[in-house]
Amino acid sequence: MAGISLRNIRKSFKDAQILHGVSLDIADGEFLTLVGPSGCGKTTLLRIIAGLETQDSGDVLIGERMVDDLPPKARDVAMVFQSYALYPYMTVAENIALPLEMRRLSALQRLPLAGRFMPGARAARAGIDRDVKAVAEGLGIGHLAARKPAQLSGGQRQRVALARAMVRRPKAFLMDEPLSNLDAKMRVQARTEISELHRSLGATFVYVTHDQAEAMTMSDRVAVMMGGHLLQVAPPQVIYDDPQDLAVATFIGTPEINTLPGRIGADGRVEVIGTPWPVTVEGQPGAEVTVAIRPEALMVTHGAASDAIALVGTIRHVEMLGAETLVHVVASPLTRPLVTRIEPSAAAALRTGDPVALSTDPRRVLVFGKDGKRIAVRQSSPPLVPAARGETVHV
Amino acid sequence: MRTRSIAATGLGFQLFRHAALGLGAFLMLAPFVIMISVSLKPSGEIFSPEFTLLPKQWHAWQNYADAFTKQPLARYILNGFIVTGSIFACQLLTALPCAYALAKLRWRGRETMFMLVLLGLLIPPQVTAIPLYILLWQLGLLNTYAAIILPSTISVFGIFLMRQFFLTVPDDLINAARLDGLGEFAIVWRIMMPTAMPAVIAFGVLSLVWNWNEFFWPLIVVQSEHLATPPLGVVFFANAEAGTNYGPLMAAATAITAPLVIAFLAAQRWFIDGVTMTAVK
Ligand SMILES: Nc1ncnc2c1ncn2[C@@H]1O[C@H](COP(=O)(O)OP(=O)(O)OP(=O)(O)O)[C@@H](O)[C@H]1O
Ligand SMILES: [Mg+2]
Repeated sequence: MAGISLRNIRKSFKDAQILHGVSLDIADGEFLTLVGPSGCGKTTLLRIIAGLETQDSGDVLIGERMVDDLPPKARDVAMVFQSYALYPYMTVAENIALPLEMRRLSALQRLPLAGRFMPGARAARAGIDRDVKAVAEGLGIGHLAARKPAQLSGGQRQRVALARAMVRRPKAFLMDEPLSNLDAKMRVQARTEISELHRSLGATFVYVTHDQAEAMTMSDRVAVMMGGHLLQVAPPQVIYDDPQDLAVATFIGTPEINTLPGRIGADGRVEVIGTPWPVTVEGQPGAEVTVAIRPEALMVTHGAASDAIALVGTIRHVEMLGAETLVHVVASPLTRPLVTRIEPSAAAALRTGDPVALSTDPRRVLVFGKDGKRIAVRQSSPPLVPAARGETVHV
Repeated sequence: MRTRSIAATGLGFQLFRHAALGLGAFLMLAPFVIMISVSLKPSGEIFSPEFTLLPKQWHAWQNYADAFTKQPLARYILNGFIVTGSIFACQLLTALPCAYALAKLRWRGRETMFMLVLLGLLIPPQVTAIPLYILLWQLGLLNTYAAIILPSTISVFGIFLMRQFFLTVPDDLINAARLDGLGEFAIVWRIMMPTAMPAVIAFGVLSLVWNWNEFFWPLIVVQSEHLATPPLGVVFFANAEAGTNYGPLMAAATAITAPLVIAFLAAQRWFIDGVTMTAVK
């Protein structure tokens, strides 16, 4: 078992720089998820850790040891590929056994036919068969041992790929979107299984995914990567509640966080659509900012505006999702609807076209500068109790 | 109405197509059919004015017995297997690693090297015959198996065919093998070759047919009868018998063609897969 450290990793393909100095310390036994839009360099980073790709500059350390000059097989990490990369002409058992054969048998013992008669080969083979069997049983694929990969379902292939990675007990697991080929239901199940696997193995996991639900539910920490930069590395809840960058705030969370254009007033308060809000920030007065509010932090009030932070608008669309309801409200002069997430019971009275007011707790307002970086809020007033003029929906 | 007229033209076209293909097949097959037919007849019947496919008087046994006893035909066929087998083994040994390096490794000059390989495809073997002959003479290898085998050990076509097939093998398969602890040569033999089996078999059939039938080169470098490859042997035989005894000659020709036909039929499924490159994944 070992932690992984990346120090200022840079990588370019031809003229295009893909990784711009990535530094990251992953603790021993940690489950770190790497998320980011397509093409941001997640796979490239994993491949550099595995040694399949060489970085232009920077160092990779696995368990305190510099591995820059080690080939992939000497780094003692296992990788699960998005395509699973099972050897098509080998059976499941042979697929899982290959990494052990390469490590436990000598070149002579590996020879076809003759190798079986080399001294010690029988005992070593028996040991390999035992370990392969144990791992396969553990993942519930013991009965598939004699099948070829083409005869397996997607979920079974994913398990075989996992078994092949696990069987040699590597220091760390690198997983590149291992669940993206599964259907939604299988994915939820496999998510739990991988989490349990992580707990029982106690190994370091670096897990790449597109899927926010995976990132939020499985990880100890989430690293959000964009355009070859690591924007924020933090536990899932912190990433969600306290994003340090507008790009992180918009990337994480569905539906997407609501953003409103604003500017810093002379007194330091943030003005949105010309109205000062009770949110004072430490920024240059007059500077343009982006104000962001999570859908569940917005309240929908039937009727007119009532509070310090309030916007009036009309309901464009009500989306019922069963456990929750999304209400899309257009607040003029903005054209893009703001989305609120409320309880279905509270949404019963809301109809498309209704005039409503939106209000929020000033403490849940996030402010970002023009460069996308978070601007610290110096002081925000406590929420005002909405007047009893209309029905208020609190979430 | 409309569908019927389409069906009608379809039928006409189909008839035409089958007729054209049938004619082609007939032209291709006719010499072989005549070869087999002649190999069954006594010499009197071969030049009789009326041609029959089957002999009036069966003479097959005598013809084939003559073919195998009046000359060491079995020896020629054995030579054929030794030569084609060694050549194919050497070709695989060189073509697979070369194709892997050209298809899957990244190195400076790879594209240039591939262009050179393609260029190699364009050079007819006759061009290099004289330098090779002189080289073998200087090495004292003329009139040996090595003289027939060595010049064919590297097949440019084989490198090209295998490279095209290797390109379709996903990179992640190779990456997985690297992490599993395989070295680059182990990847070639344990991962790439089994994955590319259809192409290997297709190449095997082509190589076998080509080298089995090769006449020009063995004729130049081999004088001894006991080293003769099958086509060479048949020519020796024809010369020895003054070219009149066609029955046994055609029996010998049939006997040396048979291994090829059997090999092709056995490998047919993979052969088609390999040449059309649909088998991977
Ligand atoms: N071998 C290569 N040669 C040239 N460009 C490459 C190579 N590998 C990756 N790239 C480029 O590097 C960028 C990052 O690729 P990478 O595969 O790391 O993205 P990713 O974050 O894994 O994306 P996805 O989520 O779609 O898998 C892409 O723009 C890609 O085109
Ligand atoms: Mg990727």
